[in-house]
Amino acid sequence: MGQRNKTYTFLMFAFFVIVAIVTLTPLGALFVASLRPGSDLLRYGLNFSIDPATASLRNYIALFTGDNLYFTWYKNSLVITVVQVALSLFLSACVGYGFAMYNFKGKNILFTCVLIIMMIPMEVILLPLYRLTISLNLIDSMWGIILPHLAVPMLIFFFRQYLSGLPKDFLDAGRIDGCTEYGIFFRIMMPLMAPSFAAMGIFQGMTSWNNFLWPMIVIRSANKVTLPVGLQGLITPYGNNYDILIAGSCFAVVPILILFFCFQSFFIEGMTAGGVKG
Amino acid sequence: MNQKNIVKRFLYSQKTAPYVFILPFVITFCVFFAYPVINTVGMSFQKVQGGAYDFIGTKNYKTLLNPVFYKSLKNSLFYMVVTLCLMIPIPMFLATVLNSRHMAAKSIFRSAMFIPALTSVVVAGTIFRLMFGELPGSLMNQLMGLFGKEPMIWLRQPVTVWIALFCLCLWRWTGVNMMYFLSGLQQIPNELYESADIDGASWLQKFTKITLPLLKPTTVYVLTISIYGGMTMFTESFILFNGNRSPNNVGTTIVGYLYRMGWEQNNIGLASAIGCVLLLFTLVVNVVQLVANGLYKNEV
Repeated sequence: MGQRNKTYTFLMFAFFVIVAIVTLTPLGALFVASLRPGSDLLRYGLNFSIDPATASLRNYIALFTGDNLYFTWYKNSLVITVVQVALSLFLSACVGYGFAMYNFKGKNILFTCVLIIMMIPMEVILLPLYRLTISLNLIDSMWGIILPHLAVPMLIFFFRQYLSGLPKDFLDAGRIDGCTEYGIFFRIMMPLMAPSFAAMGIFQGMTSWNNFLWPMIVIRSANKVTLPVGLQGLITPYGNNYDILIAGSCFAVVPILILFFCFQSFFIEGMTAGGVKG
Repeated sequence: MNQKNIVKRFLYSQKTAPYVFILPFVITFCVFFAYPVINTVGMSFQKVQGGAYDFIGTKNYKTLLNPVFYKSLKNSLFYMVVTLCLMIPIPMFLATVLNSRHMAAKSIFRSAMFIPALTSVVVAGTIFRLMFGELPGSLMNQLMGLFGKEPMIWLRQPVTVWIALFCLCLWRWTGVNMMYFLSGLQQIPNELYESADIDGASWLQKFTKITLPLLKPTTVYVLTISIYGGMTMFTESFILFNGNRSPNNVGTTIVGYLYRMGWEQNNIGLASAIGCVLLLFTLVVNVVQLVANGLYKNEV
């Protein structure tokens, strides 16, 4: 029995080692390619062979010092991510709080609306939303990316679930002590919601940082696009810029990886927040 | 009492406060959801040219009955069905193995599997485009070489295009789905397995009689997000082919076709009709799901 278990354990372990290696292979290949000249990629394709004589950090040097818009895109993505995370967390927390803590007329209908938005893919309204963005004069501006997605149904749903688990006595206690309805939210409930803010912040942050379709549609000027859109645009019929593309892709992933290793549990909780929780 | 005080008292009353809290949602819903949905349904019956809107009945829908739309519909459905067949059993199996008490170094494997989900579609798609490149030295062709096969042009033939798309999907989402199943598995009380052991249940019996039924909520959730993800797939194909064009439309999906009509050909009426077809599809899925869940509840 013990011997059999040991064999099983070893087989499972070996199996997962292989799975993990296969999983990490594409990123490894990307990293190796970032150390080779871009022309190599066009001549030989993406693989693991590397010639120590030509391997260098030249691509990264070109990325940092060269005449390109990479860091403008990086900054755009950062600004949009930070603004969107801050605003959508705050507004969605308000809405989730309203739904969780109060009884009011029309509550059920309005909450059904939250569920409806969650159930209908954004692609259905892509075109009318685009035309609306044009008529609101938000096209080619970061607010065009941010405004339509401020009260995020997923976040509202999550915050409502989270708050439903907190006792309502806090509200009454606050009222007796003379706190206003908004004071209760800001002074008592917001601090209690801190743990959920971390996970939801990562959920929204990853969504904003990696968002591609909507920013591509809204932004027109080359110096206003976000990082994914900018990277996608590097390969054109008029010339390929593999040096920047590969090194830039690496540099787009690395900060996220570092954050991931520091706050692993928050990442996993945040990015799988939709899962069934009891 | 002056007017300012009345307003203040009104705003701060317990009756008004909830409406103030949910106001951001109401505005977002009306402006950025309800209005566009109504708008797209309306435009699907119109011919939109410049600023002129002409009602043309169901003509847009009749135009939709063309081979390219059929193909994109077929592609999206095929992609969705196959991803369902891949993205539920495989992550479930991996999660079961990883959850076994004999497994070592669980958290390292968990992180390793999760890392691809952190990359954007653009970065992931670019890597896969190059990995599935047509050069003899590209990674997949090197792999084929190991098996003594000739290098091939992956992104031209339907079969190999699908292989690339499914690999991309598997790579990015296996870790996330596995995490859903892992958290589902961790909620199954251990006593159930212990008592099954006492009864002498085999591994398979334990899996089919305990694990599968108790994982049902998780499975339904993963199923739902996979259906939506599959039907609305666009970016993956867009990056893999570096644009919305693919040889003989092998990679054109419903959303890809919508994008082509709405943006590249400026045929707003037709694009709206495609949006409505997608809307109808999601409504059908939702109704089916509600009915299925309702029936499930009646059983219990």
